[in-house]
Amino acid sequence: MSMLKIENLHARVEGKEILKGLSLTVNAGEVHAIMGPNGAGKSTLGNVLSGRDGYEVTAGSVIYNGIDLLALEPEARAAAGVFLAFQYPVEIPGVNNTYFLRAAFNAQRKARGEKEFDSMQFLKLVREKLKVMQISDELLHRAVNEGFSGGEKKRNEIFQMAVLEPQLAILDETDSGLDIDALKQVAQGVNTLRSPDRAFLMITHYQRLLDYVVPDFVHVLADGRIVESGDKSLALKLEEHGYAGIGEGAAA
Amino acid sequence: MSQLAPLPLVASLLDAPLPDSGITWLDAARRENREAFAAGGLPDTRVEAWKYTALRALAQRSFASGDANAQTRAVDPSILALPGVDGPRLVFVNGVFRADLSALDSVPAGLTLQPLSQALQGDPEPLRFALSRHYRETGDAFARINAASADDGVVLRVDANVKVVTPVQLLFVGAAAEVDLAWHARNVIELGEGAELTLVEQHVGSGEQVHLATLVSDIELREGARLHHIVLQNAAIGANLIRRSGLRLHALAQATLHVLELGGALVRHDLQAELIGDGAQLDTRGVFMPHGRQHIDTQLAIRHQALNTTSSSNWRGVANDRARGVFRGAIVVAPGADGSDASLSNKNLLLSPSAEIDTKPELEIHADEVKAAHGATVGQLDERSLFYLRSRGIPQAEARALLTAAFCRAVLDDLPNEALREHLSAMLVAQLPG
Repeated sequence: MSMLKIENLHARVEGKEILKGLSLTVNAGEVHAIMGPNGAGKSTLGNVLSGRDGYEVTAGSVIYNGIDLLALEPEARAAAGVFLAFQYPVEIPGVNNTYFLRAAFNAQRKARGEKEFDSMQFLKLVREKLKVMQISDELLHRAVNEGFSGGEKKRNEIFQMAVLEPQLAILDETDSGLDIDALKQVAQGVNTLRSPDRAFLMITHYQRLLDYVVPDFVHVLADGRIVESGDKSLALKLEEHGYAGIGEGAAA
Repeated sequence: MSQLAPLPLVASLLDAPLPDSGITWLDAARRENREAFAAGGLPDTRVEAWKYTALRALAQRSFASGDANAQTRAVDPSILALPGVDGPRLVFVNGVFRADLSALDSVPAGLTLQPLSQALQGDPEPLRFALSRHYRETGDAFARINAASADDGVVLRVDANVKVVTPVQLLFVGAAAEVDLAWHARNVIELGEGAELTLVEQHVGSGEQVHLATLVSDIELREGARLHHIVLQNAAIGANLIRRSGLRLHALAQATLHVLELGGALVRHDLQAELIGDGAQLDTRGVFMPHGRQHIDTQLAIRHQALNTTSSSNWRGVANDRARGVFRGAIVVAPGADGSDASLSNKNLLLSPSAEIDTKPELEIHADEVKAAHGATVGQLDERSLFYLRSRGIPQAEARALLTAAFCRAVLDDLPNEALREHLSAMLVAQLPG
């Protein structure tokens, strides 16, 4: 059974149809890159999968590990193992990063019927993850994303992912706005988390992230549909020729 | 405006006999204030200061004055304890001093702390200025009835240059009684030149009984004195609690106020601060969190009257259910108060569509080279923040509580007493829905 099966997905935002029959199948262990021009529906896909308000699914289905993902509240999707790394992580003044992460971690465990971690256990886990992800523990003591640089925010997303250990990680333009050093760090974090049980959906506008996180599949999303799929060479082709002409070959 | 029959509230408060002190000037002041209350009655919402707080429902109630059984009312000792606060303590139950619950054996040298009822038996002269005041406006109705009827309260004085290390705790307890009670307390507090004090004022209650309490405090900070005043208002759900604090700061005096308004049915606090000496500094911070059908009204009136005075006010309101919050922050920089710096911020959250918060910052500047900033907002929890927390697995109710607590805690962050800060923070969280 595939981990994620999206079939003929149609979704509207503010009455406007953005996704127009998107189908995609993702198996455990795979890394899929979703590329496409601005306005193609890339971020809408991430938001629909994570359950953000304001996205109306009008047709199609999303089956995740055999369950109807679209019927679940956002927190239930998280507890089931779906993680969205935000394109624009939200600043939350007054909420300590560690406190927030433990609340999330324990809420997920509680929802799954697992025993919650006390603060000592959790701190131990966090220290291990920091080490693996090569992130400074200074981030832990600050309020969630407050005053973080663009790179720090994205790294914090990857760090949260490392702690929460999702099965399906959706990275929404995690590479945007990063300089090359920050990009490498984020990519290294993602590579560290690649495993046979985990799948990644990397939504990106540019090819350069794929130099560091090599995908198993590359899909081109245009006008609300996957118009072409291939291996990593497709990304290079896009880099060379742009999005113009993509999909026409498949139709011909 | 004349009334054919006085309102039940007014009639019942006037029904109580005036306390007889045997002190000529005090008895005269009481009589005059009582006459002013009888003539002026209660303010209606046409009086600007009472625009958002209607007294119609309260005015229809009657209250019996004073509690003859106050000395023997059972009080749960757990409500006396406060983390991080373990010093001298004065406790009043239904407005009456309770020696058995108070702690006065550890009062340090240079600190005078006694109930007003005892202070008046000694030399009343130092209290003459405070206790012979007249209140001129109809809006001052409760101060008038307080001046007429209060026969107990706190008299506190710190001698010049004495730094009191342990916080002093003032506790006003509303205990369940057989009838709806009214009581009045009067506090007179003075810090001498260079004196320092931390004062924790608590309003607590038990049960669902209805009562009316008025509390008038005069606080005088002499040159260079420093006061940290923490107010924890968690009165019983049936409490009508009307407080008025007059704060006067002489040159270089500093007052820091942290206020938490959680309890009560109808709660009103007027804080009137006058910065009368050069370089005086006032910092007020507070949170009001009405829920259910509570009504909590805070009125700040800050007057800068001297050179280079500073005031900073940072208040947050959170209203849930059908509750109502009112905040008015009026700052006046008087002629001659050049070089003053005044800032005021009031941010509010509405957690329910039926909740309401009315906020009104007012700034009047009549001096030169003044820095002033003020702002007020009323909003809802940020949807993006909520979704962010939920996308990480935190259930909606918990996410809302977490964001609301963070919103409120911002004004308590700089409270230096960590145990007390944690306690206040926990009380905030306990008040949150979900």
